[in-house]
Amino acid sequence: MTTRIRNFSIIAHIDHGKSTLADRLLERTGAIPERDMKAQLLDTMDIERERGITIKAQAVHINYPAQDGLTYALNLIDTPGHVDFSYEVSRSLAAVEGALLVVDASQGIQAQTLANTYMAVEAGLEIVPVINKIDLPAAEPARVAAEVAAVIGGSPDDAIRISAKTGEGVDELLEAIVTRLPAPSGESTAPLRALIFDSYFDSYRGVICYVRVMDGTLATGDSLRFLATGLRDHADEVGILTPDAVPVASLGPGETGYLVTGVKEIDLVRVGDTITQSDRPASEALPGYREPTPMVFSGLFPTDGDDFERLRDALDKLRLNDSSLTFEPETSAALGFGFRCGFLGLLHLEIVRERLEREYDLDLVATAPSVQYRAHTTDGKIVEVRSPQELPAPNQLTGIEEPFVKVMMLSPSEYVGTVMELAQQRRGVTGELTYLTPDRVEINYEIPLAEVVFDFFDQLKSRTRGYASLDYEPAGYRTSELSKVDILLNGQAVDAFSTVIHKDKAYSYGATMTKRLRELIPRQLFDVPIQAAIGSRIIARETVKAKRKDVTAKCYGGDISRKRKLLERQKEGKKRMKMVGSVEVPNEAFIEALKIGDFE
Amino acid sequence: MTAAYVHVPFCGRVCPYCDFAVVAGRDGLMDRYVDALISEIGMEQSIPALDAVFVGGGTPSRLPAESLARILQALTDRFGFADNVEVSLEANPEDWTEELAAGLVRAGFNRVSFGAQSFDPGVLRYLGRQHSPADIDNGVAVSRRAGFASVSLDLIFGAPLETPASWSATVDAALKLEPDHVSTYALTVERGTALSRLVSAGAAAPDPDDQADKYELAQRRLVAAGLDHYEVSNYARAGHECRYNLNTWAQGDYVAFGLGAHGHVGGLRRRNVRNLDTYLDRVAGGERPELGREVIHGWDQELERAFLGVRMRKGVEVGRVAPALLSDPEGRQLVDGGVVAIRGDRLQVIDPLLTDAVARVVLGLAEPDQALSTRT
Repeated sequence: MTTRIRNFSIIAHIDHGKSTLADRLLERTGAIPERDMKAQLLDTMDIERERGITIKAQAVHINYPAQDGLTYALNLIDTPGHVDFSYEVSRSLAAVEGALLVVDASQGIQAQTLANTYMAVEAGLEIVPVINKIDLPAAEPARVAAEVAAVIGGSPDDAIRISAKTGEGVDELLEAIVTRLPAPSGESTAPLRALIFDSYFDSYRGVICYVRVMDGTLATGDSLRFLATGLRDHADEVGILTPDAVPVASLGPGETGYLVTGVKEIDLVRVGDTITQSDRPASEALPGYREPTPMVFSGLFPTDGDDFERLRDALDKLRLNDSSLTFEPETSAALGFGFRCGFLGLLHLEIVRERLEREYDLDLVATAPSVQYRAHTTDGKIVEVRSPQELPAPNQLTGIEEPFVKVMMLSPSEYVGTVMELAQQRRGVTGELTYLTPDRVEINYEIPLAEVVFDFFDQLKSRTRGYASLDYEPAGYRTSELSKVDILLNGQAVDAFSTVIHKDKAYSYGATMTKRLRELIPRQLFDVPIQAAIGSRIIARETVKAKRKDVTAKCYGGDISRKRKLLERQKEGKKRMKMVGSVEVPNEAFIEALKIGDFE
Repeated sequence: MTAAYVHVPFCGRVCPYCDFAVVAGRDGLMDRYVDALISEIGMEQSIPALDAVFVGGGTPSRLPAESLARILQALTDRFGFADNVEVSLEANPEDWTEELAAGLVRAGFNRVSFGAQSFDPGVLRYLGRQHSPADIDNGVAVSRRAGFASVSLDLIFGAPLETPASWSATVDAALKLEPDHVSTYALTVERGTALSRLVSAGAAAPDPDDQADKYELAQRRLVAAGLDHYEVSNYARAGHECRYNLNTWAQGDYVAFGLGAHGHVGGLRRRNVRNLDTYLDRVAGGERPELGREVIHGWDQELERAFLGVRMRKGVEVGRVAPALLSDPEGRQLVDGGVVAIRGDRLQVIDPLLTDAVARVVLGLAEPDQALSTRT
């Protein structure tokens, strides 16, 4: 039966047309009537549609009548296309036998695509290169096909030229999926092994997993065991996505679909885990599962303290859908109760925050993002530091290590100078250049993660007019000259503004924050000194001068009600302030001051 | 003590900062308006004889002396005047003539308050005023000759183009006229005014620090000249405090007539319509031109007493407010920070420039008994 199944992913850079191509495939095979098509059908989350990127992998089952007269089941597993989400990409790739490498005919291959392609090749997938957007005036399909062939091997003629927008070449591509990609293998009689490659929480039905059956059969009513987390449950329903959910009796080897278990313990269902039957368990889990490793940490606090439990609930639900999100309760003197959250990167942070605010109607303050440092203390211990508050006092420190990443950038050769300059400004070391073709260069650096996660990507894009692309992987810890900068209001440190930063950047951080806060904190009845300090050493200072005039000029018979109401309204407005010691700080000040920006 | 307020909305033109009930270019309705005022006075309930009358505007001095005399007569007929009644009107210096002044004194007016605003022609132009500094000098001299017992000058400080030197010269020029009473007002951008539209469109706005400097300069000079600083914005020679205003700040009873006028009798506050045609129609139809009313009583009344009273430089009787203030964390901060003091039986704002910071806290205070019962 598996001979008539093809499981595949699409690897593409942001904006190279992956979602449009997926839509076109669904439309061509009649999976979705044309009138139901909305642009980017597979990207169901609002944020995905607005940002034009894919965050969550999704799976769709398509029936395709091929030219050989047989009907094939094509399972398309969509993959995220941003550098923050490479673990999810690797799980999606583990669920398929082949991949379409979609490259924009006018832009050529990008670093992220290249990294994912290497990942796919390593996973043993068959790659079909697809040159998209051949309808664009700037398209250079021949040049791009040659570039792709140079990277993955084979001939430039292997690439299928299409326009997902106009539909040109899509029929040829569908045939190639059937003829060039291998059918899955798998033993239907072996013990069940199904890979979870995605999951989400439905408030009525509990956790819903997207699975790929590798061996055995997954049937409705089966008693199940999740090998990594030890969860036991049974299959309430299994089915396929067309993309609507259609229940089926069972999923056999090579098939993909969804599984409803009714599980509510959402942290026990993790992407990458293997599901087996509890009465006939597989002896070995599928390879490749790993605990998610967040790279960037930030405190999320509800602006209204009463929303703390709602925030916890929302994070619980999000994590199910996003196994790379971690969180633990955190208390801030300035911001109250919240969570220290771990993210894959800054985009991931922004997306999680936006989803929390939009889908769960929460109003949040996020503290300055931080990476995980390692502090060496005088008593010979190593302390993992995820929040500036956890950093031991300077007199108990012998050193601090910070995580480095190996950064790979692909750029047109004319921008090599500016890319290297950026890498060096960001404390990059051991630069390395490789010319892929005479006008495309691979640039490798080791750069502190803290320098990469903030606005490195944006800077790279703006300095190369959008042509350079980026990927990175962890490269271990190294000792750096780091210090903790505190921001003090009226002499009292505000934990939410503290940060760990390289000594060369401490002054600009201190100066920027104190200046920003001077603008953001309204004048009070007394002078409010704003200081930036490393330990007890003040490195920047601003003052919010005391308010001198707070009085209404006229208050006569006709004014009394009006003035009184005005004063009462102003008093009401003060409730939206947070008290830091005796200083009133508007909620907006926290949000504005902590906006990520350039501190140079 | 009882008082009456009469509003005269007519103006030659509307000043850009003004948000009172005023009309320009409708002087033809003056006679009908005076008739309406007299009818409205006839509709009012009886109160004890008046200790103070204030005819404000708008520009009362645009009305002929005979009209103003008829209004006073109607008030006397309806309520009676106490001995030594204070009878004030507001006047624009450019309207003021020997004849008008003499007529008004004959009609019973004994106090005049001039909208002098500034002695700097540039500032006067910015404020949209029609008079010259010389008109002010003349107005005061004419008033003295006509026999007004009390002459007051209103000044406005802190227009964006006014230099510290200009304001200093204005204060000196005002003092040179030896006024019995001076009011100094920070120029305020009120919503809905022409000034507010200009500022929204990017014109310079008054600077609060500049205004604080100017406030303090005026305070020093006026007090040095022997005027008592008795309210946030008001200064007077002994015995020349505006009794009409003292009564409103002390939550006294006052009846009020005319466009947009507010009265307060026995805890009931009433306000009139602000549209001239509506006002005239209502009164012509034998109806009171009332737009709304509210009742002030209990703790609310106590808070309002304090909120008004803290504007007085001598402070306000502590009453039940002081204990509430001391048990409130923000109130405590104001006391500890030296913004407000409790001296004997009076609650006093130390720096008058921070009066609203105190008033805001006062208005938010919980009633002491209730605060106690919710805590236990």
